[in-house]
Amino acid sequence: MSNPIDLPGTPVLQASVVRERRHAAARRQKFFYGALLAVALVAPLAVYPVFLMKLLCFALFACAFNLLLGYAGLLSFGHAAFFATGGYITGYMLSSYSGLSTELGILAGTLASTALGTLFGLLAIRRQGIYFAMITLALAQLVFFVFVQAPFTGGENGLQGVPRGHLFGLVDMQNNLAMYYFVLAVFVFGFAIIQRAIHSPYGQVLKAIRENEPRAVSLGYNVDAHKLLAFVISAALAGLAGATKTVVFQLASLTDAHWHMSGEVILMTLLGGVGTVLGPLVGAGVVVTLQSSLSNGPLGEWVHVILGVIFVLCVLLFRSGIVGWLERLVKRNFK
Amino acid sequence: MTLVFGVPLSVLLGQLLLGLINGAFYALLSLGLAIIFGLLRIINFAHGAQYMLGAFVAFLSLNYLGVNYWAALLLSPLLVGCLGMAIERGLLRRIANEDHLYGLLLTFGLALIVEGSFVKLFGVSGSSYPMPEALRGGFNLGFMFLPTYRGWVIVAALVVCLATWYVIERTRLGSYLRAGTENPRLMQGFGINVPLLVTLTYGYGVALAAFAGVLAAPIYAVTPGMGSNLLIVVFAVVVIGGMGSILGAIVTGVAMGLIEGLTKVYYPEAANTVVFLVMVLVLLVRPAGLFGKEA
Repeated sequence: MSNPIDLPGTPVLQASVVRERRHAAARRQKFFYGALLAVALVAPLAVYPVFLMKLLCFALFACAFNLLLGYAGLLSFGHAAFFATGGYITGYMLSSYSGLSTELGILAGTLASTALGTLFGLLAIRRQGIYFAMITLALAQLVFFVFVQAPFTGGENGLQGVPRGHLFGLVDMQNNLAMYYFVLAVFVFGFAIIQRAIHSPYGQVLKAIRENEPRAVSLGYNVDAHKLLAFVISAALAGLAGATKTVVFQLASLTDAHWHMSGEVILMTLLGGVGTVLGPLVGAGVVVTLQSSLSNGPLGEWVHVILGVIFVLCVLLFRSGIVGWLERLVKRNFK
Repeated sequence: MTLVFGVPLSVLLGQLLLGLINGAFYALLSLGLAIIFGLLRIINFAHGAQYMLGAFVAFLSLNYLGVNYWAALLLSPLLVGCLGMAIERGLLRRIANEDHLYGLLLTFGLALIVEGSFVKLFGVSGSSYPMPEALRGGFNLGFMFLPTYRGWVIVAALVVCLATWYVIERTRLGSYLRAGTENPRLMQGFGINVPLLVTLTYGYGVALAAFAGVLAAPIYAVTPGMGSNLLIVVFAVVVIGGMGSILGAIVTGVAMGLIEGLTKVYYPEAANTVVFLVMVLVLLVRPAGLFGKEA
């Protein structure tokens, strides 16, 4: 960071004032995240833990997706592939090796989706924009067909009754409350990685690439390597989210791999606010709440139609998303 | 019986014929996508839903209004094309100046709405459309049996594809379209009504999808999901061919259908995935696509 230039007449205090403001902003942010975490810690007292776990898994999925779309400007239409791979591999490991501790199962799923992400990333970043979206969609469909046919996935039925196992071989994850705090820890871990990436020099370069790729190239940045890393981190965390979801619901199914799932995570991010830190969290909250409240009501069969309508309205009228809109509101009225 | 690499010739030719029919549909759909992309710079994710609408309009108009196949072949693309033009005027135009990815997302939302509603109204299993009287039966070609309808699909699809190619590459209207693809603002400066051209182009691309839908109705079941799975394969076809050329889209579509047919004979397990694998290969060797211009 460069200091403000000392022009004649410029108050000498300026640098320290700027620093003071930045510290104040950081303090506010710390306080805000602390409050959020406190709410998350006591939430299972008030809300059904399984619902909260579902929410956290999808929120992590959406945050991972947002790293790619919001900060690297890459629209992946195939993130379901990573979500499902994490889920299937974890499900397979926990089902076939009884006694395997929960975290090792999840680790296996995450590693598998990371490897897949590296492979897909290498292929997809060869094209840009709309082609990138189509390529990721086609590759994800390839994965979908593999899961339909592969011998270990249980075909149309998926993997059912996956044991949750014991965390570190000690804590029985069959207890929903224990499971919830583990999922919360997983989410905080993933969220922290994304935060770290966004606010590092690496994240700055990523944004520069999003804004003006030729410029970033001419400044000497290895654009492809930066994009690939973003893709791999995003795929890994999407896989982590899928793996955790499989443990929670003890189920990995073709729904996870279907392109509808890729569409859903796009919707969560778009609705919450592309390129905002908390947007995907809010978007996932709205979509998951909507889905579970609709599925019990008379509108259950219209879920896809309703999601489609929200999609269209978001694109037409609400491109900054809920969090983007709130940020603007705060800026306008409190600054 | 003649064997080709351990497969009877008649089986091989039969699968190649099926592949050719699939290829004809790929060609029609990727052609529509390419035309729309050329002028609007968006990928029409609703293309699959519009193909499905084409089939359903034919099916419903037969059952409720007694409209026969030949009339539906004309009526359905017209109707769905008009719907497409309304979508362009009412929705797509509003976001024409935004990032083009928003066009993809908007049409994706539309596809969800249309398919979701049809699943609710007609169920997932769908219904069958009766074969038109004149196109039943078939020819014995000596080495294989060719059902008349399948022959008709191939001929009709190829004629429409080539006519479209001719109009775009060889007529004045087509020259406007090509110029609009290169530089729409300059075209506007010359006094051409570009917004109208955009609307008509989108309408025509959508009409092509609906036409393919009517052609498909008697051979595939008419189901709400018939379009979306096909569309993803067509996306892969578009990536393989690149969207630079009209003829390229047609050739790639037919070729991918044939490759799929061959795979069904020699390695059926990979029949669903072979187009995607070809896409991976093309991306490695020639990222711009076989007929693509830009890198």
